Amino acid sequence: MRSGRLVTLLAFLLVTAALVIMPAERSGWDAAGVISFLTTFATTVAIYGLFVLGLNVQWGYAGVFNFGVAAFFLVGAYTAAIFTKGPAESEFVRYVGGFGERLDLLPFLSSGEWLPFLVGALAAALMCGVLAFLMSIPTLRLREDYLAIATIGIAELMRNVVIAEEGLVNSQRGLTGIPRPFGSFFDPGDYKFVYFGIAVVLLALVFYAVEKSIRSPWGRVLRALREDETVTAASGKNVFAFKTQGFVFGAVVMGVGGAVYAYEQGGLSPDTFSHFSGTFIFWVMLVLGGSGNNRGALLGAYVVWGLWIVSLQLLSYPMPEVLSVRIFYLRDLLLGLLLIAVLLLRPQGLLPEERRVSIWVERLIRRHPLPRREEAPAASRGE
Amino acid sequence: MALLQRTIAVPLRQREGLRHLGEAARGAGLWALVAALFVWSAVAETQLFVVGVIVGSVLALGAVGLTLVYGILRFGNFAHGDLMMLGAYVAFFALTGRLVGSRADVTLPEAIASLPGATVRLGDLTFGYGLLLAMAVAAVALALLCILLDRLLYRPLRERRAHVVVFSIVSLGVAIAVRNVMLLLWGPNPRQYVTGIFEARQYWFDIRLKTDQVFIFAVAVALAVLVYLLLYRTRLGKAMRAMSDNVDLARISGIDTERVVAWTWLLGGSLLAVAGVLLAVQAQLDPRLGFALLLPLFAAAILGGIGNPLGALLGALVVGVAQETSVAYFDPTYKPGVAFVILVLILLLRPRGLLGAKV
Repeated sequence: MRSGRLVTLLAFLLVTAALVIMPAERSGWDAAGVISFLTTFATTVAIYGLFVLGLNVQWGYAGVFNFGVAAFFLVGAYTAAIFTKGPAESEFVRYVGGFGERLDLLPFLSSGEWLPFLVGALAAALMCGVLAFLMSIPTLRLREDYLAIATIGIAELMRNVVIAEEGLVNSQRGLTGIPRPFGSFFDPGDYKFVYFGIAVVLLALVFYAVEKSIRSPWGRVLRALREDETVTAASGKNVFAFKTQGFVFGAVVMGVGGAVYAYEQGGLSPDTFSHFSGTFIFWVMLVLGGSGNNRGALLGAYVVWGLWIVSLQLLSYPMPEVLSVRIFYLRDLLLGLLLIAVLLLRPQGLLPEERRVSIWVERLIRRHPLPRREEAPAASRGE
Repeated sequence: MALLQRTIAVPLRQREGLRHLGEAARGAGLWALVAALFVWSAVAETQLFVVGVIVGSVLALGAVGLTLVYGILRFGNFAHGDLMMLGAYVAFFALTGRLVGSRADVTLPEAIASLPGATVRLGDLTFGYGLLLAMAVAAVALALLCILLDRLLYRPLRERRAHVVVFSIVSLGVAIAVRNVMLLLWGPNPRQYVTGIFEARQYWFDIRLKTDQVFIFAVAVALAVLVYLLLYRTRLGKAMRAMSDNVDLARISGIDTERVVAWTWLLGGSLLAVAGVLLAVQAQLDPRLGFALLLPLFAAAILGGIGNPLGALLGALVVGVAQETSVAYFDPTYKPGVAFVILVLILLLRPRGLLGAKV
C-alpha cells in the first residue's frame, strides 16, 4: 500500500513538473505565458473530468460497459451548439435549431449571455439521457459485453448520421461560431480565465452530485450489483432498473460535458468524435486513475491529459525526422500499452476504490472510533 | 399441499410453455426475415447480392475466429479487426519488403516478390503465387502473435480470475497498440498488393465479377470446410466444443484447457490473417479499416450465436448481403449502420442468435 501511494505521488509530481517546466523553458521563463498555458490545460482537464466522472458512474459503480462515450460526447456537444447558435448565416451553412437569440427571454437580466447556455446544457443532458435509456432496452438485460458492442455501434452510427445528413448539423464542415457564456462581458484575451472558473464550478457541482449519490443507498445497490447481480436480485432489487439508472445518470453527466466542451471550443467537427479521442482516452483516464473512485477519475484525467500535452510540447525540441513525423503514432501506441500495463500490473489504478462508501457509517465511525485491528482480539478475549 | 401445487404449479407451467412458444415464434420470425432478405436481394439486386456474398465470405473468416475465441475464452476480442488488418500488412511486408520511410518507402533487398516468377499473374487473377506464400507467412506470424499475446496478457488475467470485461478492455488496448504499430511501420496512406486497373468479367444474369473475387469466395469456402472438419471430426475439435459449453466441466473431465486455448488462438490467428489478406485483395490495406470491421464481425458472430462457427458463417453472409444491398437504397455512409441495425434486432428478438444454444 505504501509503495502504491508513492507511485501515485510520483506520477502526479512528474506530470506537474513537466507541465510547468516545458512551457516555461520554451517561452523564456515568462510567468504570464505559463499561467495562460496552464489555464487552458486545466480547463480541458475539467471538461474531460466530467466525461471520466460520467464513465465512472457507469463502469466504476454500476458495472455498465460503455465503449461509445463518443456517442454521448457528440450528441451533447452538438445539441448544446444548436441551442446557442443563432440562425444560419449563409446558404452554405445548414443546421437545425439555432435558437440562441430566441432564448433571450429575460432581457433585463441580460439573459442572452447565460440562458441559452443553460438551456443548451440541459437539452444536451436530456438528449444523452434519452439515448442511454433507448440503448439500455435491448442490451442491459444481456451479457455485459453486448452493451459494449452496441455502444461502439451507436458511436459509429452517430458520426455517420452527422456526416451523411446534410441539413442536420452542417455535415463534414462542422459548426463554427458557437457563442460563449458571458462572452461580451470580458476581454477575449482574458476570457479563458473566466471559462476556467465556469468549468471548475461545474465540475465541482457534478463531483458533489456524483459523490452524494454514490454514498447513498442507491449508490450502494449499484456497487452491489456490479459485484454480483444474482445476490442483488435475490435481496429484492430490480437489477435492470438500477443498471439503467446508472447508465442514464452517467450519460447525463457526459451530456453536460459535451455542452461545456462545445462552449469552450467555439466550433465542432465530426472528426473530434472518433472512437480514439472520444472514447478510448477517457477509458485510459478512468482505468489509470482508479475506476470506482471519483477522485481517482479526476487524477487520471489530469495525468493522461498532462502526458498528452507534454508529448505535444516535445515536438518543439530538435529530434530526428524519423521520430518527429511519427511522434503521434508513438504517443497513441504508448497510451494503448499504458492501459494494458495498468490493468495487468495495478488493476486498482492510482487511487484505489474506497471500501466503505456510506456517509452514515462514516459519521458513526467519527463519533465512535473503531478499535484498532491489533487490539480487537485482545478485547474480545477479555469478555 | 396438493391444492397449493395445483394453484401455483399449473399456471407456472403454462407460463413456461408460453415463453417457449414466444421464443420459438421469434426464432422462426428471424429465420423468415433472413430468408426473405436473401431471396429479395438475389432477385432485385443480383449484382449487389453477389458482391455481398463475397464480402460476407471475407467477414465469415474473421467472424469464425472471433466466435471461437468468444466461445472458448468468454470475452469479446476488440482487437480482432485490427489484428486482421495487421495480418494483411504482414503479408504485404513479406511480399514486397516495404516499410514507410521519411520520404519514400524503405525496401528490403530480398522479399518474396523477388523470387523468380512470384509476381507473374496466375491465370486471370491479379497476383502471382507470391501473394499466396505471403498469406501463409502472415497466417503463421499472426497465429504466433496471438499465442504470445495470450501468454503475456490474457493468461495472467485468467489466473487472476479477472472479470470478463477486463479482458475486453485489455483487448481494446491491444487494438490501439496494433493500429499504431501499423501506422508507425507502414504509414497512414492506403496501399495495395498489386496496383493497376483490372477488368471485371461478365457472368450469367449480367453479373460482373473480378476473378479475384471468385478466388476469395473459393478460399473462404475451403477454409470453412476445414474448420468444420477440425471442430466436428477431430479430438481437438471435440475438446474445443466441450470447453465452449462449460469450461469447468471440460477441465474436470481431463481436458488440458490451456492447450486448447493455445490451439484456439492458433486457429483464430491464422484465420484472421487469411481474412485480412482477402479483405485487402477485395478492398485495400488501410490501418484504420480494422476498427470499422469490428461491428460487422460482432454482428455476424452474435447473429449466428456466440461460439457457433457455422452460425458465424451464416451471420457473416447475412451481414455482408444486407450491407451491400443497402447501398442501392441508402447513403453509402450508412453501411456500418446496417450491421448496427442487425445487431440491435437480434439482441431484441433472439439474443442467443440463429444457431446459438443459450446466453
